[in-house]
Amino acid sequence: MLDYYTLKLIWWLLVGVLLIGFAIMDGHDMGVGVLLPFLGRNDTERRVLINTVAPHWDGNQVWFVTAGGAIFAAWPFVYATAFSGLYWALLLVLFALFFRPVGFEYRSKMPAASWRASWDWALFAGSAVPALVFGVAFGNLFLGVPFHLDDTMRSFYTGSFWALLNPFALLCGAVSLSLLTLQGATFLMHRTEGELQQRARTASRWASIVLLISFSAAGVWVAQLNGFQIVRMPDPGSVLSPLMKDVAQQPGGWFANYRAQPLLWVIPALAYLGAGLAPLLQARGRTLCAFAGSSVACLAVILTAGVALFPFVLPSSSHPAMSLTAWDAASSQVTLNVMFWVALIFTPIVLAYTAWAYRVMRGKVTEDFIRANDKTVY
Amino acid sequence: MIDSSLVDLSRLQFAATAMYHFLFVPLTLGLSWLLVIMEAAYVMSGKPIYREMTKFWGKLFGINFALGVTTGLTMEFQFGSNWAYYSHYVGDIFGAPLAIEGLMAFFLESTMFGLFFFGWNRLSKVGHLTVTTLLALGTNLSAILILIANGWMQDPVGAVFNPVTMRMELESFSALIFNPVAQSKFVHTVSAGYVTGSMFVLAISAWYLLKGRHIEFAKRSFRIAAAFGLASAASVIVLGDESGYAVSESQQSKLAAIEAMWETEPAPAALNLVAWPNDAASRNDWAISLPYALGLIATRSTDKVLPGIHDIRAKNRERIVSGREAVLALESWRKNPQDKAAEATFRKHQADLGFGLLLKRYTNDLNAVTPAMIDEAAHTTVPNVFAMFWSFRLMVGLGFSFLLLFGLAFWYSAKRTITEKRWLLRWALWWLPMPWIAAEAGWFVAEYGRQPWTVYGMLPTHLSVSSHSAGAVMGSLAGFVGFYTVLLVVELYLMFKYARLGPTSLQQA
Repeated sequence: MLDYYTLKLIWWLLVGVLLIGFAIMDGHDMGVGVLLPFLGRNDTERRVLINTVAPHWDGNQVWFVTAGGAIFAAWPFVYATAFSGLYWALLLVLFALFFRPVGFEYRSKMPAASWRASWDWALFAGSAVPALVFGVAFGNLFLGVPFHLDDTMRSFYTGSFWALLNPFALLCGAVSLSLLTLQGATFLMHRTEGELQQRARTASRWASIVLLISFSAAGVWVAQLNGFQIVRMPDPGSVLSPLMKDVAQQPGGWFANYRAQPLLWVIPALAYLGAGLAPLLQARGRTLCAFAGSSVACLAVILTAGVALFPFVLPSSSHPAMSLTAWDAASSQVTLNVMFWVALIFTPIVLAYTAWAYRVMRGKVTEDFIRANDKTVY
Repeated sequence: MIDSSLVDLSRLQFAATAMYHFLFVPLTLGLSWLLVIMEAAYVMSGKPIYREMTKFWGKLFGINFALGVTTGLTMEFQFGSNWAYYSHYVGDIFGAPLAIEGLMAFFLESTMFGLFFFGWNRLSKVGHLTVTTLLALGTNLSAILILIANGWMQDPVGAVFNPVTMRMELESFSALIFNPVAQSKFVHTVSAGYVTGSMFVLAISAWYLLKGRHIEFAKRSFRIAAAFGLASAASVIVLGDESGYAVSESQQSKLAAIEAMWETEPAPAALNLVAWPNDAASRNDWAISLPYALGLIATRSTDKVLPGIHDIRAKNRERIVSGREAVLALESWRKNPQDKAAEATFRKHQADLGFGLLLKRYTNDLNAVTPAMIDEAAHTTVPNVFAMFWSFRLMVGLGFSFLLLFGLAFWYSAKRTITEKRWLLRWALWWLPMPWIAAEAGWFVAEYGRQPWTVYGMLPTHLSVSSHSAGAVMGSLAGFVGFYTVLLVVELYLMFKYARLGPTSLQQA
């Protein structure tokens, strides 16, 4: 069995991998959903857009579900506290996501224009709302969320839903929304042609600009915020509960990890590089490279935020000492160990058959293809 | 103390969302294997009609699958959102199979789902059949992991309490995975799904035969459904019995409630075939029973004694008294980790800790517990007998009706006289909703029958909830029921439309 300290660190990384996998994979079909009503100007065009992701949306969505399951298994404290505390935010995401499976599957099963237009907007909402809320949630992590634990470890959230929608968090929402929109736009560039491809290119340019501005602004803002730091805690490799440490707050504290390890600045630099290069590569017709560029941006943006917060996972604004961290919110050593091996075996298998599925379905989706397969495609 | 209306609303919301989810799951489980059988027939015989069958039933499969995914999303997060203390207290164990389900099964199922629909012209015949098989395999793997999680709630094995983190932690992964309760539950549940899928194909095919439409298509579909349904109905009954045997070992209160057995009888106990249980008076108003039958079925012996409800409550009362000591000792020990006396007392009564927690429903301070509270807590350790007794009989009665129906359908299908047996075709059509009713009744027996526990003998339901206001949960409950109902109406509309259109709906204009 691996030692407890290493396992806790590995699981911080693995949850990060799942979130990044979600942003890259589910992110691009959410981006397509966000762009759907704007890029597709008639029914056939919209069906082209939908059918670029039709064979993949379901598999991609599992990144979200698995991330939820992995947080449950690896950080039960976080799973319990975050999803019960941020109750209405979670329900908002879930209710929006409900529209996606049925939207994809049912939209083209009836011919009426009003039916199809309704589902198009449902798909838009099902994609845009989660994309926005994820950023808002991340933003609130930097501010801290008001919760505390009693002596039986029962958690109590003392904030409101509306307090989550503060200016800083909304700025972070703009980061995530533009990030996933960029991801969708670069994917569409690769899988469509002609007029639609042109529109996707324009969309990617705008998404990239919004992303670069909002990401920079959020960085400047974070520098002013009170960051959390552990000032006293038993050995992080021992059995811990979230009630055993002291936490201090100081302005600019969220940059402490970057100050301690200047090499980490490579990560935000990669975010700029990926987001900036994506539209440029597209302009030169390197659509797959552009998609890779925006995927790098997904990875780097999430990692930038994660590294800044580390080891904090869910900081408490009302009781900072009760904040949940990768050290004291984790599962037992036995569970982390078993789940590590499970992840080590199955993640490559998942990646392999996902890659195979994309290979089988490769190529452009055209309007002629939609017309010829009117009854069987989405 | 925790608001009891919050507990009731949280339970209602979980029951509603889970029961909605299980409207779609069993059809996915069964229909996916029927698609594999049909497509294998196509690959082996080369007859296009089997491809047409795979595609048409596949289309209906897709309409159903979409809502299975939608309602499943809620289930993945609802433990955290509404059962936060449960998630904290047992997440170390319970979260593992849920995460493994995502990684090992749900990814596979969902990736193959897309290729099943869009890969027809891009994959070889065998390649596509492989995709369909992996789709079916994924859905069934998903079921086994979910039932491992649920089986653990029924019979929590391989776990140990950690006083530092104040939760149960995993001690043995293999005990969790190879829990016999989970194994028999898995086969019973997926077999019920196979029955549902078979009944779906059987009923719609019967309708085509009654209307004289798509005769060749319908006859072949009917035959496959009858054969698969017959095997599944037999399996669901045999494994149901196996589940019952497992319950008699692990959850005596559930078995006693199902059988309305108030008094402990000399072995082997009699089986109440029909009875009118009276919960208020703790007895049966009347009963027709079969001597010796229950003892033989439930213990598979002639000498093992099955405890009646009165004795179960009396024994649980002792465990509650002992559990109270465990809770009090744990509280002192956690306040002062050097308190060796408290630790010793806790260790002595640790096995009854969950029973002590039952008292937290009445008071937070276990020093203030009265004998009346202990009596009341002991009384609640057996669920409502009337509800258990009759929902179990509804499920079992329907189970045997499926065996008969599929048996006859298979017989006349094999004799090739099925189109003349219009009474049987009508029966098959009208019996369409019954597998769903049986499945929901079965889940009611399993989940309501475990009350007052979320994890049997370990964590009481009323402690498991999140710290919400009752109003918040009422709002979300209304939202779920409203949203799901609208989606269900849309789904049924499309399902009826495409079932009526029949296989011609696939042809390009």
